[in-house]
Amino acid sequence: MSERAMPLWEVFIRSRNGLAHKHVGSVHAADAAMALQAARDVYTRRGEGLSLWVVPSSAITASDPAEKDMMFEPTGSKIYRHPTFYKVPDDVGNM
Amino acid sequence: MALLFDYALRQADSALILGHRLSEWIGHAPLLEEELALGNIALDLIGEARALYAHAGTVEGKGRDEDALAYRRDAGAFRNLLLVEQPNGDFAVTIIRQLLYSAFAHPFWRALGQSRDATLAAIAAKAEKEAAYHLRHAGEWLIRLGDGTAESHRRAQAALDELWPYSGELFETDAVELALIAEGVAVDPATLRPEWERTVAAVLAEATLAAPAGEWMQSGGRSGRHSEHLGHLLATMQFLQRAYPGAVW
Amino acid sequence: MYTQGLLHAKDDDRAAPEPADRLARFQARIDAEEKIEPNDWMPEAYRRTLVRMISQHAHSEIVGMLPEGNWLTRAPSLRRKAALLAKVQDEGGHGLYLYAAAETLGVSREELMEQLLLGKAKYSSIFNYPTLSWADIGAIGWLVDGAAIMNQIPLCRCSYGPYARAMIRICKEESFHQRQGFEIMLTLARGTSEQKAMAQDALDRWWWPSLMMFGPSDTQSQHSDASLRWKIKRFSNDELRQKFVDATVPQGRFLGLAFPDADLRYDEAAGHWRFGAIDWAEFRAVLAGNGPCNRQRLAQRSAADERGRWVRAAATAHAEKRRARAAE
Repeated sequence: MSERAMPLWEVFIRSRNGLAHKHVGSVHAADAAMALQAARDVYTRRGEGLSLWVVPSSAITASDPAEKDMMFEPTGSKIYRHPTFYKVPDDVGNM
Repeated sequence: MALLFDYALRQADSALILGHRLSEWIGHAPLLEEELALGNIALDLIGEARALYAHAGTVEGKGRDEDALAYRRDAGAFRNLLLVEQPNGDFAVTIIRQLLYSAFAHPFWRALGQSRDATLAAIAAKAEKEAAYHLRHAGEWLIRLGDGTAESHRRAQAALDELWPYSGELFETDAVELALIAEGVAVDPATLRPEWERTVAAVLAEATLAAPAGEWMQSGGRSGRHSEHLGHLLATMQFLQRAYPGAVW
Repeated sequence: MYTQGLLHAKDDDRAAPEPADRLARFQARIDAEEKIEPNDWMPEAYRRTLVRMISQHAHSEIVGMLPEGNWLTRAPSLRRKAALLAKVQDEGGHGLYLYAAAETLGVSREELMEQLLLGKAKYSSIFNYPTLSWADIGAIGWLVDGAAIMNQIPLCRCSYGPYARAMIRICKEESFHQRQGFEIMLTLARGTSEQKAMAQDALDRWWWPSLMMFGPSDTQSQHSDASLRWKIKRFSNDELRQKFVDATVPQGRFLGLAFPDADLRYDEAAGHWRFGAIDWAEFRAVLAGNGPCNRQRLAQRSAADERGRWVRAAATAHAEKRRARAAE
């Protein structure tokens, strides 16, 4: 007989001030406080972080990989958004 | 110096015995995340013990290192609180033990951070942060257990009733402590009592648990009169050092 | 580690027919060293193989806490006690990372745990051997973790993203485990005659089971192809076993200990240590549940699970009460 599963939480750590929080893994916990505590104990045993986020996995809305082409292909051709698209003579210096 | 040795040893013994007890959970915790949490707390406590033993050994000046003090004294020479040597029991017993101890340890280390003994003060400054986390961990869990299911409530209340008589010892003082308090080296535990009572009462209230009414308290750890449990704990912990005297590990 | 080349069990090839063009595109992604992520399309057999492999790995970490945990309360010094505690705790963490990686494939940790406790899931046979002396803690760190690292480093490049990421984290954290074990062995080997005998006895008992950790010989294991083709595995069982022996024999000689293998000799021409025949009957017996500690290990895990049930139920009930109060 299976017992009820404890909700899954995604864990994000800011390793240094100035950096964004980065996804590191997940934990099981009944509530947010427990998730935060578990995230601390599981994912910061070696001084990995200065700040933690826990987010219920169910709260994440993800893009559909099947729609990858529609979502992300169109941007590939817009090379004029990148600085290397523009020619500036070397004499001008760094720009 | 004998006084300071004794005082450091008391704190070291309590930290080690409690850390050892928590290490008994590893591999058997109620959920995987909690294996990690209990392991972290045990490691904090063993770390505190090592620093305190090293200091005690230096103060004593007889060449005893942390292992000589931890592994080659018999139960009667241990100075830990009776509370911390009590067996793990179910998870509720462990959490109550953690709460009663950590609610004391947190303000204790904070106050000891002002000790005139610089080494004790430095150890205390580190331990204070650790104890703050231990207290939060125990408090949050006790609230879940007390205000969880009927079974968890019953177990939490039973655990509280069982361990409550060991809480009086936290606030005892004897000649050793009085002398060191006067010198500004030790903390007067009586001054910590109001905060301890507030902390514990707040958690118990939220956990819907009732502090036992009885006034009677156990005593004896500071003078080496322990419960039967400590002997067994030490028999296990010290076995290799006892079986192979003089060996280096 | 610890998956022992068992990943390719029978039902891998049983999947319903999948469109050939999709399979081809999938294989092209793998061949281009692209990582596969949880929501990407994948062949059912790939998914099932990974679930089995990752969960076996996770179970091995969790069960693996027990033989070493057996010495946590008897570690002979505070330094050793702290190191062993940190190591056993790491194993719990690694089990957790791996269950999380398996969960991205659509199974829950509870289901996986249930399979383990019902005896339906495999874990590494090595953990069905007992830890009889303190030297066993050294031998496990040196040999078992050494063997694990051999297997785990290539898994950091596994084609499945969440597994590869978990392995990177695990490998980084485990880097102290083998050194910790070797240091224990070295201290014992340089210690009293009793300690040296303890170390030798541990090597005698753990050497062959360590070699078995890499799984059946390539000649026996007929399904290895798919997991190599999918870049789940990067090396065959025998390749990894040989790498392990080549790395470990010189270390054992440095310790001044004797390997329990009369056929062990250095092959100058090939540059490899050649070892004697592995007792595959023992391997199969232990896998089938008839090792010295199989029943004990599962009973310990079951007891912990059972004793923790009311705690987990309390946490869930309390969270529900809070939500209800907040909604009022």
